[in-house]
Amino acid sequence: MIGYVILSQSGQPINYYIQLMQRIRLLKDKIISKLMLLFTILSVSLVFIIGIGLYYKSIPVLQNSTWGHLLTSSVWKPLKGLFGFYPYIMGTLWVTGIAIIIALPLCVLTSLYIVEYAHSRVRRILMPFVNLLSGIPPVIFGVWGVLFIIPLIQDHIAPHFVEFSTGYSVLAGGIVLAVMIFPLIVSILNEVLRTMPQELKDASLALGATKWETIKKVILRKALPGIIAATVLAISRAFGETIAVLMVCGNNAVVPHSVFDAGYPLPALIANNYGDMMSIPLYDSALMFAALLLFIIILLFNIISRIILSRLERKMAA
Amino acid sequence: MTKDKAHISVQDLNVHIGGNHILKDLNIDIPNKSVTSIIGPSGCGKTTLLKTFNRLHDTAADVKVTGKVLVDGEDIYDPNTEITHIRKKMGLLSQRPYPLPMSIYDNVAYGPRIHGTRKKQDLDIIVEKQLKATALWNEVKDRLHSSATRLSIGQQQRLCLARGLAVGPEIILGDESTSALDPVSTSIIEDLFVKLKQDYSIVLVTHILRQAARVSDYIIFVYDGRIVEYGKTEQVLRNPREELTKEYVKGYIV
Ligand SMILES: Nc1ncnc2c1ncn2[C@@H]1O[C@H](COP(=O)(O)OP(=O)(O)O)[C@@H](O)[C@H]1O
Ligand SMILES: [Mg+2]
Repeated sequence: MIGYVILSQSGQPINYYIQLMQRIRLLKDKIISKLMLLFTILSVSLVFIIGIGLYYKSIPVLQNSTWGHLLTSSVWKPLKGLFGFYPYIMGTLWVTGIAIIIALPLCVLTSLYIVEYAHSRVRRILMPFVNLLSGIPPVIFGVWGVLFIIPLIQDHIAPHFVEFSTGYSVLAGGIVLAVMIFPLIVSILNEVLRTMPQELKDASLALGATKWETIKKVILRKALPGIIAATVLAISRAFGETIAVLMVCGNNAVVPHSVFDAGYPLPALIANNYGDMMSIPLYDSALMFAALLLFIIILLFNIISRIILSRLERKMAA
Repeated sequence: MTKDKAHISVQDLNVHIGGNHILKDLNIDIPNKSVTSIIGPSGCGKTTLLKTFNRLHDTAADVKVTGKVLVDGEDIYDPNTEITHIRKKMGLLSQRPYPLPMSIYDNVAYGPRIHGTRKKQDLDIIVEKQLKATALWNEVKDRLHSSATRLSIGQQQRLCLARGLAVGPEIILGDESTSALDPVSTSIIEDLFVKLKQDYSIVLVTHILRQAARVSDYIIFVYDGRIVEYGKTEQVLRNPREELTKEYVKGYIV
């Protein structure tokens, strides 16, 4: 600043100085934007690199079998070179599906309460708790599942429906997973609901609608794309959640037929066996294929939900 | 203005927002079947006043309202008064149009449906009638079931008016309802107000003196949360009694 003043009094050098500063500013601007582009490209290409890497490592097991067979067979006999992934795929889908069915309504009601009903003081107390939940390491959720959810299912829930259940089931996995994705969904939904214009709510209220009618017919409708986006993010995370789920879902490689059956999701398969059984030929390639499957499931799921979201947005704008 | 003709009667109204005294000891009788404009510098409390008429402050936690607001002689702040019933009596037209996230048809049918009109023929009649009343029918009759957000801002604002009229209100409240609109839409809305005053009592907040002159029968001048002057439009704009009013309307040349 001082330098600027002195120079400006001397007349001549000031032009040169200002021009130099100007050049440096423009240069900085360019460098920063290029840098951002570079990092963006890097993170995007990382997705492809991982995908290609997994595929490359899966080639041995793919040469030994076919995609169709690997995906639809339930026979898992590594010593004979038979790898059927169908039970694991179904295990993944069951656990994730149950988690979403449990979590979504709870999350929507919780965020509605926090944003629309709770007193601002209550809100200020509640939000840190929700955030705290997201900071708890997965293994603790697993322990909690084993200590509380398993006995709860075994002694109190399952007896009403089936003759016998150990409690270790896709339901247990779903419940634990639901609790784990809860904070993520709630914090996104809170943001979605918080940014809903007050005037829109007022418009509905001014017509004589009650608060609940306004929420049901206007707010939730307007928030639908946001709710879907939050769910997509949560499901993507849920697909890959490993430790907590493998602690409670039984890890039995059969296709579950009820929520009380044990299941064996893909991430649990990888985590349980990686490193241990590597002496068996093709086994590591099979596990890489499991990872590839998980990768593809998440990718497909994201693409499909993108399409649904853009359809929805177009429909709402149409 | 005789008292028995007052449609909205405000008595000793005080509003505090978050500890700030926003409206101070207001007393007004707003007459039936005329247009009353509330004018005043920005931040003086016009919106706040308008919101007390249909209790839209209820949604905010830190707003305290004391005093009485009588609508048709009924105190709307009486704990026994049912709020949806009060709000049904008033159509609100806010500063910018906020169409509900649904089709044009459903926007207009929203209120009637809530208040129990279910039959399609009945709803069809209401929708057509109100869209005609707001001069929108010809522009939208072929796309009633497309989203309301596709309309131009001016059309959206008329849709919002139609939506408000569809519940059969007695009073229309407008808060700078034309400030986001182009001149053509503005004049359509203004003409509508003048036409609608045969059947409705209309209260408009505006910061445009010319607009107040064009549409209103009475003007309320608010300054710093107090009513400085209230009288016939002609009188307030041409022969203001108060110094503050004189100062404010100075820029207005007829
Ligand atoms: N929600 C709110 N919280 C705090 N202050 C508010 C709120 N709403 C309005 N006010 C204050 O009340 C005063 C009047 O506001 P408003 O009625 O919107 O004025 P106008 O509509 O005349 O421009 C302003 O000083 C504004 O800052
Ligand atoms: Mg205002």
